[in-house]
Amino acid sequence: MSDIFSQIVNALQLGSIYALVALGYSMVYGIILLLNFAHGDIIMVGAYVTFFAVVNFHLHPLLSMLLAVLVSMLLGVIIEKVAYTPLRSAPRLSLLITAIGVSFLLENGAQLVFGADTKSMTRTPLIPGSVTLFGANVTLAAVYTIVMAILSMAALTFLVQRTKLGKAMRAVSEDMQAAQLMGISLNRTISFTFAVGSALAGIGAVLHIGSYYQASPMMGSMLGLKAFVAAVLGGIGSIPGAMLGGFAIGVIETLVIVAGLSTWKDGVVFAILIVVLLVKPTGILGHPVTEKV
Amino acid sequence: MSDRSANRPRTRLVPVPSKAVIPERDIDKRPILECYHLGIDFGGLTAVNDFNLTIGRTEIAGLIGPNGAGKTTVFNLLTKVYQPTRGTILLDGLDTSKMTTSQINRAGIARTFQNIRLFRELTVLENVLIGLHNEMDYRLAGAVLRLPGYWRAERIARERALELLSIFDLQDLAQTKAGSLPYGAQRRLEIVRALATNPSLLLLDEPAAGMNPSETAELMDNIVRIRDLFQIAVLLIEHDMNLVMGICEGICVLNFGEVIAKGTPDDIKNNPVVIEAYLGKKGGA
Amino acid sequence: MKEQTGRIRLSMPLRYTINLALTAALWAVPYALIRAGAITSYWEGVMVTVGINVILAVSLNVATGYLGQLPLGHAGFMAVGAYTGGIFMKATPLAALLRAKNTAAALPYVVAALLLSGIVAGIFGLIIGIPALRLRGDYLAIITLGFGEIIRVVLTNVDSLLGFKFTYGAAGLKQVPKISGFTTVYVCVALTCLVIHMVMKSRHGRAILSIRENEIAAESVGINTTYYKVTAFVLSAFFAGVAGCLYGGYLGSLFPATFKFMKSIEILVMVVLGGMGSMLGSVLAATVLTVTNELLRSVGDLRMVFYALLLIVMMIFRPKGLMGTYDFSMSRLLEKGLNRLARRGGKEAAGNE
Repeated sequence: MSDIFSQIVNALQLGSIYALVALGYSMVYGIILLLNFAHGDIIMVGAYVTFFAVVNFHLHPLLSMLLAVLVSMLLGVIIEKVAYTPLRSAPRLSLLITAIGVSFLLENGAQLVFGADTKSMTRTPLIPGSVTLFGANVTLAAVYTIVMAILSMAALTFLVQRTKLGKAMRAVSEDMQAAQLMGISLNRTISFTFAVGSALAGIGAVLHIGSYYQASPMMGSMLGLKAFVAAVLGGIGSIPGAMLGGFAIGVIETLVIVAGLSTWKDGVVFAILIVVLLVKPTGILGHPVTEKV
Repeated sequence: MSDRSANRPRTRLVPVPSKAVIPERDIDKRPILECYHLGIDFGGLTAVNDFNLTIGRTEIAGLIGPNGAGKTTVFNLLTKVYQPTRGTILLDGLDTSKMTTSQINRAGIARTFQNIRLFRELTVLENVLIGLHNEMDYRLAGAVLRLPGYWRAERIARERALELLSIFDLQDLAQTKAGSLPYGAQRRLEIVRALATNPSLLLLDEPAAGMNPSETAELMDNIVRIRDLFQIAVLLIEHDMNLVMGICEGICVLNFGEVIAKGTPDDIKNNPVVIEAYLGKKGGA
Repeated sequence: MKEQTGRIRLSMPLRYTINLALTAALWAVPYALIRAGAITSYWEGVMVTVGINVILAVSLNVATGYLGQLPLGHAGFMAVGAYTGGIFMKATPLAALLRAKNTAAALPYVVAALLLSGIVAGIFGLIIGIPALRLRGDYLAIITLGFGEIIRVVLTNVDSLLGFKFTYGAAGLKQVPKISGFTTVYVCVALTCLVIHMVMKSRHGRAILSIRENEIAAESVGINTTYYKVTAFVLSAFFAGVAGCLYGGYLGSLFPATFKFMKSIEILVMVVLGGMGSMLGSVLAATVLTVTNELLRSVGDLRMVFYALLLIVMMIFRPKGLMGTYDFSMSRLLEKGLNRLARRGGKEAAGNE
């Protein structure tokens, strides 16, 4: 019984991280219709910042986490300004290719600067300690991860539904031109969206390294892709969808590992992507879009 | 040029629903297009409702109405860009409900678009050759091995394309990129491409948009000439009333997705319902 | 040769002869140099790699430049072809025949391996294409990426499912007969370019281009877009498979890890750099990038950073690539040259009167 509970916690922990990253994907896609391949790699940068802050500079864990989130946010905004803004009116394919380029740049740049090896934080964990729940030994990191994820999502929902900036974000994602005519600053809104999405990625990074203790140059790539699958599953462009998708992928991946098929886990996640795209491309909670002829 | 109508049997006089106008020369033949109770809903919005229309085999018909009335939606329904929610479309007696857009074209309906959809990076000639795609018959293997069938079909198609382009005086621009043509030429090219598909019914969506009076007059002549040359029917959407009243034999007026009047140009000109739709209600008694 | 006054056009048979002569010369010169030992086996290897990458780039260009989509799983088709070819060739007496330098007897096996690799990859292209091509733009990109990754995962793990050693998974498929000499690869490159060129300069090719230009308009003039999207995709996959077989036949061993997403991106960079929609562009870019790769081999990770920057800069400043959609034709080049000379001659003659 406690075993099952353990696994449920594992699944939720993994799912929370996927959900946080998926949210960033969904937000950016919702506003400029771009699949930001570089999103996953922002997490990688955030993880490295945390690592170096704690291990090399001996900063307090909380400070390190804050720093990581700030750096992630900044990175996301810079990428948007430098690489995506010039292509605002370009065909979507060009934008997609650029995003792939940025992702590659981050991954290989990190490999160049930090080396291809995995940096480990097991000796100085970010969130040490564990607690006993339902007879199972649950790490505090897991608890914080799940709680932080839920809190972040709640905060995000509040932001999007109740604040002026959130309304601007929704307006821009509905109709870019009309929003501009209403006096909404396109650049500011898009930058803000990237900032929020990247901040969430930063939180995800912190929780990831807190839960799994490791940072490597390629970690963002697979993580980002799977989070993307989560976003698609839940309905890309939908915030509750991203949360739902994230937790779903976390659960499914954990099930695969528990079933002893861990070498297949990536394949299973992509198989889910394919099934979703074929059966209901708009995802569980997404809305279909019709094209005007 | 194959004459589709020759292959179809002449049937008895078809009872004509409501005030559709079929020219006298077509009275004894099956209409090329019959729409019964055509309608489509987009979620909660009914864009077109209870649309009935009959078009004679060589009729020039007009579809008019204020902006947003649903005219282009009707075109999209006829060409299956949208699937009708209800109603039937008979093309020369054939029920089109199971057809896709490309099948509808092969069955005989060709169209132009409100916002011009040319193959911009391709040349004028290539645009028309694509229209002639289904007139050529060599398969992929024939293309790779450059069999005689390939050479023959390409030569015939090229000649045909230049012939069609010369109707609209575009043959000298054959090697120009379609996207670099002036606006008027682009509109004309779209019509040529549509004609290349050998239709029995040509749908023109605002063909005179952006044209000055002399260009419009030329277009009017060309449309009538096409009808006479190819013996096809034309249904056009237009806002230019000179054009509509000038060449249309039958006119159908749409407002808010429903037909509010049908008849000859004279009927429509003086129809109070039509006038109200365009100009609004007259204030006071 | 002169059809109309003032406009010199080369007749079809003449065009074909010129192209054939050129193709033969492009083979003969390096071949002679290799035989004479003037080109080392290292550089022969580079040329072989260039040839393989040219086939990959030109085949990807069919689905990206000509069809206008962005499939991100090209490495998957390459992998399918590589493993099909590798497993097939290992099962034949090829290894012994090659050792005995019995090229005549080996040839049918080589041809069979290449064809089989292409066909199996093409079948995968069909299976993946039919569902994938129902989607648009970004979604198509992602689903093909997904399929590419699934192929890699399956190739790594399938042996445990089958119960016997088929692909040898992560340990690698070793001792694949080395069939990829300069001549073999060159012939494959020439045939690839020829077939694709023939298809594109026909009504089928125009149909594919029309889908890229305006899919709705293409539908409205009677083009069966589903059929042509799938055809272009299968064509693209087929040649990727052939390239894969040549790849295995060059290295002699195959590892699933080679065929991951990054490989698809490397090929995409070549197509983008060369100009999506230009075969010559793909050929040139593949050549330049492969050679640059070799020269920068010592710099390792910096090379990938350079790749990434190149991609970004290209997209921002010159999205059309080096060649845009320029379609190369030796005959057309000659015609232009001849016409220019004729005009100049005519002007001189007029000036003298």
